Amino acid sequence: MNGRLRAQLEETILPPIVALLIAALVGDLLILVYGQSPAAVYRLLIQGTWGNAYGLGQVLYKTTTLTFTGLAVAIGLQAGLFNIGAESQLAAGGFAAGVVGAMLPAGIPSVVLLPLFIAAAAIGGGLVGGAAGALKAKWGAHEVITTIMLNFVVLALLNYLTVAHFKVFDTLHTADIRSGALPRLSAVVPAFHGSAANVVLVLALAAVAAAWWYLYRSRAGYELRAAGLQPGAAEYGGVKVSRVWWQAMLLSGAVAGIGGLNFVLGYKHYYEDSFASGMGFLGIAVALVGRNNPLGVFLAALLFATLSQGGLAVNAVVPKQMVEVLQAVVIIAVATSVPEVRRLLRGARRSAAT
Amino acid sequence: MIFLALVAQTVRISMPYLFASAGGVLSERSGLIGLGLEGYMLAGAFTAALGSYYGQNPWVGVIAGVGGGMALALLYALCSIRYKADQVVVGVAINLLAVGATRFFLRLVFRSSSNSPRVPGFSVVETGTGFLALAHNPLIWMGALSIPAVAWLLYRTPFGLRVRAVGEHPGAALSVGVPVPKVQWIAVALSGALAGLGGAYLALDQHQFSDQMTAGRGFIALAAVIFGRWDPVRVGFACLLFAAAETMEIRLQGTSQIPGQFVQMIPYLLTIVALAGVVGRAVPPAALGKSGD
Repeated sequence: MNGRLRAQLEETILPPIVALLIAALVGDLLILVYGQSPAAVYRLLIQGTWGNAYGLGQVLYKTTTLTFTGLAVAIGLQAGLFNIGAESQLAAGGFAAGVVGAMLPAGIPSVVLLPLFIAAAAIGGGLVGGAAGALKAKWGAHEVITTIMLNFVVLALLNYLTVAHFKVFDTLHTADIRSGALPRLSAVVPAFHGSAANVVLVLALAAVAAAWWYLYRSRAGYELRAAGLQPGAAEYGGVKVSRVWWQAMLLSGAVAGIGGLNFVLGYKHYYEDSFASGMGFLGIAVALVGRNNPLGVFLAALLFATLSQGGLAVNAVVPKQMVEVLQAVVIIAVATSVPEVRRLLRGARRSAAT
Repeated sequence: MIFLALVAQTVRISMPYLFASAGGVLSERSGLIGLGLEGYMLAGAFTAALGSYYGQNPWVGVIAGVGGGMALALLYALCSIRYKADQVVVGVAINLLAVGATRFFLRLVFRSSSNSPRVPGFSVVETGTGFLALAHNPLIWMGALSIPAVAWLLYRTPFGLRVRAVGEHPGAALSVGVPVPKVQWIAVALSGALAGLGGAYLALDQHQFSDQMTAGRGFIALAAVIFGRWDPVRVGFACLLFAAAETMEIRLQGTSQIPGQFVQMIPYLLTIVALAGVVGRAVPPAALGKSGD
């Protein structure tokens, strides 16, 4: 048992470490190509993120959104479904919350309104995810393609609705939310002053715990993972796999949608067109590096948020786009090293056993 | 005259779709998902601008565009064929990599975060309907021929037979001696070269590279591949259909009752409808996306 646990741990943890080493190497190369010293740039990156309160606040802000999109992708993957649509589900959730918020009168306490906002964002994102789930369950349309296509459809639709119906004149955002907005972390810790980190971070941590409980302790989560591991066997064991599929996509979309609250409720207090572009795709990276485990997702979200904020910190010395390259390299390296590390480890164990 | 001008504009708009979806058909028929088409195209556009700028000759750009698209496609092949990585993950990452890398090198080489300087292209002075400029651009002829060429390759050559066999049933192909990975490597490399040509067309047509200039065209090409049910000729017509819709959107801008955003949705909605099988189901190659097993 101990040996098996250790083997599992090695297969889970080694690929991200290998990937980070590869990414650091590629980063060195890019920095050298740009004529700078890697050590100095990496020091700047750390100083600009974890080295001061403002930087850390920005990292935590980005971590919040990425935790939601990462959890969304991870829930889908646990059910054996690849949700590439977190990008538009996040936007749809933020849009729903923004529109609901703009219609509310002033003076209602946040505590009363928070469930309403969570519901609005979950419905916004859930509709998009659920649509892909229904297309898969009813007609067998592959979710990878439908979620990609829905990204374009939904983002164009949101753009139309914002521009034609909901925007404030001369802007691309909706009217301000008059009640229900959440405080920034700087209200509690003044050192965070100026950073966008806000109370939705607590919601993200709660989502991590809830997702863990749902996946590993609830009956529905057990069925979801069974359908993901072996759909045929799960069906034989009494699980309605097609129902699990659309429910998982609905849930996945809803979780991504709630991530929209980070910007809409916690930061700007309105919905803005393309407010979190790229965060949905990075959610795929976060789920992958976090190995689809909710706690792993949170740690991976911290990592990718640090990289993305770190890019801004080093931009004066090397182009911040270096970080975009590194993020892609991490994804490719993890995806490539997962099967390879498993093969090598199993080979080594077999030769050690004989 | 107006009709001819519309046709000319449709042909121009369809070019990147034709190139990239011709590549997409090859890749997907061999079992490898064409999610990275957008990335190959963007990389091809950048290297084409680079080649044309330093070579001061659009043909250098064309060759460089092929190289840029193919380089990313070979990375995809290495990860998903050699190392059996998940094709969807690597495909998504290839697109992110292309965006990041072209931006990084745009700043490194041209010290700009938006666009390259003007580079030589093929175009001549526009007159009348625009057909003259089309006829003088060799890339237009290559784009128009890319779909028939892939159709010929797939259905009339031994290599095409192998591609189709590998995409439907790699185990069976292997058992009769087809070198499955080699066939897939070649198909993916060709798809990168073709998508790279699509990028080269864009960069040389606009006489520059600009940040994210492919703007989702690779995904429209992928949509065309699915909507055309993985058959080159149907895929070609899907490209023309999508390009015609885009032409109408541009022509009707501001004057029509239908908002442009709804016209933009057409290719994606049609693809979803085709996949859901409302009118005749689109069935992908049997072994598509399965190299990781």
